[in-house]
Amino acid sequence: MTSNSPSEKRLEELREQAWKEGVVPGKGVDVAGGPIPRKPGYYGQPVVRPPVWTWEIPLYFFFGGMAGMSAVIASGAVIFHHVDLARMAMWIASIAGAILSPVLLIMDLGRPHLFLNMLRVFKHRSAMSMGAWILSAFGACAVPGLITLELHAHQIFSGTLDQLLRFAAGIFIFGAAIFGTLLATYTGVLIGVTAIPAWFLHRTLLPIHFGTAGLGSAAALLELLGHRIPALNFIGFYAASVESALLIWLSIDKHGVADRAIHEHGSGWLIRIGEILTGPLALVLRFLGLVPFAAVSFLIGALVSRIGWIAVGKVSGSDPEAVFAAERY
Amino acid sequence: MIGEGLQSTNQRRHSFVQDHVEVGFFTDPSVCIGCKACEVACKEWNQVPDDGFIWSGNSYDNTGHLGASTWRHVMFLEQDRAKGNQIAGPMSLDQDPFRWIFLSDVCKHCEDAGCLEACPTGSIVRTEVGSVLVQNDVCNGCGYCVVSCPFGVIDRRPEPLPDAGGAFKCTFCYDRQKSGLVPACAKVCPTESIVFGRLDDLRARASERVQQLQKSGYTDAQLYDPTETSVRGIHAFFLILGEPEAYGLPPKPQIPTIYLKSAWTAAFATAIASIIATLVAFAFFS
Repeated sequence: MTSNSPSEKRLEELREQAWKEGVVPGKGVDVAGGPIPRKPGYYGQPVVRPPVWTWEIPLYFFFGGMAGMSAVIASGAVIFHHVDLARMAMWIASIAGAILSPVLLIMDLGRPHLFLNMLRVFKHRSAMSMGAWILSAFGACAVPGLITLELHAHQIFSGTLDQLLRFAAGIFIFGAAIFGTLLATYTGVLIGVTAIPAWFLHRTLLPIHFGTAGLGSAAALLELLGHRIPALNFIGFYAASVESALLIWLSIDKHGVADRAIHEHGSGWLIRIGEILTGPLALVLRFLGLVPFAAVSFLIGALVSRIGWIAVGKVSGSDPEAVFAAERY
Repeated sequence: MIGEGLQSTNQRRHSFVQDHVEVGFFTDPSVCIGCKACEVACKEWNQVPDDGFIWSGNSYDNTGHLGASTWRHVMFLEQDRAKGNQIAGPMSLDQDPFRWIFLSDVCKHCEDAGCLEACPTGSIVRTEVGSVLVQNDVCNGCGYCVVSCPFGVIDRRPEPLPDAGGAFKCTFCYDRQKSGLVPACAKVCPTESIVFGRLDDLRARASERVQQLQKSGYTDAQLYDPTETSVRGIHAFFLILGEPEAYGLPPKPQIPTIYLKSAWTAAFATAIASIIATLVAFAFFS
């Protein structure tokens, strides 16, 4: 090949451009800064690994949070004699917590047939292990709680047996409520205790957000299913207020490059949209008395923000500069 | 060590597993020639499937990074700095300096390992020699170790590769070590840039080597062994020229479990607040 052939000339041009600008963009010629790489870290390669989790996990966060906090509402309803509300809440807890959640979790496993290995060990220092046990305990309380409550509500048995069922229902529902609060909040711990900068920098916010979003979605779904009572409206107000406060917290507690995945990119928009729908918008709609709209807004927001947090993990985990910057905190 | 021949710790048989001796890798880029024999030996011995055939355009590195099917990775750094007392450029020392550095990256086998703590199945264990091992038949592929490794080493192997779905990383050739053999990468390293041996011996040898290099003009030679952070040191440590960031190594890696306390505190507070809010709602608003 002679030195003035077109391809040789093009090569010369690329070399020139590389020296001048440091980078030659374009397919096949992205030689990362021409002679000297200018990308952060090692050729811009991720330093930590982004999560491998797919769509099942944000859906599980959504349904798990809703199921767990439904059981809390159910026990409140049982104490204050709203039997129909308690039944509906326990149905949600059982379907979302004992069926949907395990199915979603198992689907996300790389080897679903080995899901029982989750219960091989009990490791309190692994949020994933704790989560598996919490979910199992929750299912073991919610389903019998629902069955005993239904048997009692339909007066299938009478006399002492019915009293016994009532007592058992109470125990199971309170058990489900205790494990339910953990089921709704541990997911925040799960992603907060990782090496992903945007996650671990917000490890205190995440459990508060996930738990409160769970409580709000449980109340919102119950309202949409016809239980328009002031108590649920109060819970809706509470959840939307907390979420509004978290929105403010998130906009003040910025860590620059380290958590830019929350404030930039598509992932940042998902977080923002989710927080506005669960926070200020739901709050305003409730003040205006538009309860069903507030409920829908909260439910969509709770789902979008869960999708957003997983997306944030993927963006932040692929960002070497974020990892280096996060080490200052 | 070079010159020790068959008596080098890279070549001679050992009984570290039986004797419960902590072992390690010391990887020294100043003698690495970038031949990638370690990558090849690792793949062959451990029967690791291919990790994609792509041209990265990043110097001679078409491997990219460590992953489920890449347990050794030779990095090729191009930096506009002089290497030691190297005379760079046609005219003088200052003009147009350039250096090429090769470093074979591997799982660090942390003293306090994030993946091991995170694993919910007990699939990841600590071996007799202090290495961190994934038991492939136990792993159910939950993916939590992937986000818990501060070095981004371990990963879940995607379909349609063999054994897909499980998490994989360097095994420190545990099978070889049990039989008294040296890990495959160290065995083949032609310049002994990868040195295998007792951890305490290697640590001493590494600091000696850093001093030696600094004396001969490599002023930016340093040891990468984060003993000061919550990882409490690594079993596969590196000598690096320049700052760790350029090698994609976090300067201060932390084991994620240090965040457990604050996260669980927030979780319990939220749990209690939710119960109180619900009770208040039913007590005062019905």
